[in-house]
Amino acid sequence: MLIVLQGALEQGFLYALVALALFLSYSILDIADLTTDGAFTLGCAVSATVCLAGHPVLALPMAVAAGAAAGFVTAFLQTKLGVPSILAGIITNFGLYSINMMVMGGANRPIGLKNQTVFTLAQGAGVLGGWAKLAVAAVIVLAAGGALVFFLGTRLGLSIRATGDNKDMVRASSINPVFTITVGLCVANALTALSGGLVAQYMKSSDINQGTGMVVIGLASLIIGQTLIGRGGMARCVAAVLLGSVIYQLFYVAALRFNVPGEYLKLIAAVIVAGAIAMPALKQWAGLQKRRHAARRHRGGER
Amino acid sequence: MLKLDGISKTFYPGTVNEKRALNRVTLHLERGDFAAIVGSNGAGKSTLFNAIAGVFFADAGAITVDGTDFTFLPEYRRSRQIGRLFQDPMRGTAPNMTIEENLALAYLRTAKHQTAFFSRVSREEKNFFRDQLALLDMGLEDRMRQPVGLLSGGQRQALTLLMATLVPPKLLLLDEHTAALDPATAEKVLSLTKDIVARHKLTCLMITHNMHSALALGNRTLMMDAGQIVLDLKGEERRGLTVEELLRRFRAGAGKDLDNDRILLSE
Repeated sequence: MLIVLQGALEQGFLYALVALALFLSYSILDIADLTTDGAFTLGCAVSATVCLAGHPVLALPMAVAAGAAAGFVTAFLQTKLGVPSILAGIITNFGLYSINMMVMGGANRPIGLKNQTVFTLAQGAGVLGGWAKLAVAAVIVLAAGGALVFFLGTRLGLSIRATGDNKDMVRASSINPVFTITVGLCVANALTALSGGLVAQYMKSSDINQGTGMVVIGLASLIIGQTLIGRGGMARCVAAVLLGSVIYQLFYVAALRFNVPGEYLKLIAAVIVAGAIAMPALKQWAGLQKRRHAARRHRGGER
Repeated sequence: MLKLDGISKTFYPGTVNEKRALNRVTLHLERGDFAAIVGSNGAGKSTLFNAIAGVFFADAGAITVDGTDFTFLPEYRRSRQIGRLFQDPMRGTAPNMTIEENLALAYLRTAKHQTAFFSRVSREEKNFFRDQLALLDMGLEDRMRQPVGLLSGGQRQALTLLMATLVPPKLLLLDEHTAALDPATAEKVLSLTKDIVARHKLTCLMITHNMHSALALGNRTLMMDAGQIVLDLKGEERRGLTVEELLRRFRAGAGKDLDNDRILLSE
């Protein structure tokens, strides 16, 4: 049981970076960034390839840089070339498929037993024993989360938040929304690719389909966290995202434990996301039905 | 301070909906001028403001602010020198951010801070924001950590006014900024506007549908019709002018009666 819990925590932390990225692009910038899936796989591919070359630590900043570049392409398409934002993400995502194949030199790239990863390096240090993997995941994710909270409190971070909140006001405050959207999407996809880079090293393999559906899993984690902890200051939001991701992975691991095939969980994630986003519309509909029902009864009584 | 030379703008050119919104508008404002603009429906008042602020580029003509050519400058660059308030109080502030964060954003306008992307709001700045909020006399200085979405329309408009003038702009554009507020709040925001404009000696253009304010406020009254400035009153000529006289002068200038339902309904 402890091992199951530990695995869920490890994966929860690793995938939390995707949820953090979506917190930035979806919640803050109000952009549905569909580059996520491709950027995640890109992170996996770059990280695995650099790992195989014998540089597991260098692999992570390289994955981050690759993800930022992917985010830049999406941002450029939508801010400068007038491509609708959802389509911009889809186009980048589509193109990334070929790039990911090129990076990996095929559809997958296993990291051999002889090759080191950041996790085996930590285990090799021998201080933390069985908790080494969790420690690596936790340290990196908490550092990323802390850095994001700090960043969102800086003037650039405030400008990015305002861009998603009120574009009119942003332009009137001498902030260039093209710049803030670009920075926001670069940072978001850098986080996504970092997650991919870590997951590839954690799983010791990279696969072209590794990122499929990542945007929905990330959104599900984000929504679970925001429902449980609620919104508030930036630190609270980031904590909610981390918790949401861990809870999602707990579900996932528990379901596997009870022999539910892993593929079925995608349906659950899809329902969670669709249901949570549909909630305001459903509430409004239910309210209207109630009023109609009351009005009909009232009229019936008069007759 | 502000020089407009032959500004023209046509919307939907070459279609049945073609609309000549600005027709060779020329206007010179001196430093410290406070001009009120009145005019018919669709006379081009807001379009003129949008042309000055850079929401779109004019089809022809040149715009100069304090000696700098603004004609081809993008909107966000002009915003460093131009403060703007709209009729809708919701447009000027970010609702999910706190009062303090909104003010911090407005403070970005200073050139000194433009490069300091990773700097945070300092304690001195917080104290400065608090002092400035206290001048609004709305109790906002004790609510700095609350999101702006919780404020009333009047409070939001007062905050927007403070944000637009926190770093005194070279030009302040007020587009009927009290029109969406209830009369008492509108009065309050207008008196705050007068205080702030006087304190910073701002150059200011104000669109209004209140003929009395158009004559009582500031030192110039402009009247627009069909994309042109048809009347420009200042100094001796403007002093002691009544609303009736103003309407008569408008008729003489535009060749027709002033047609603005808001003005007609506001009396």
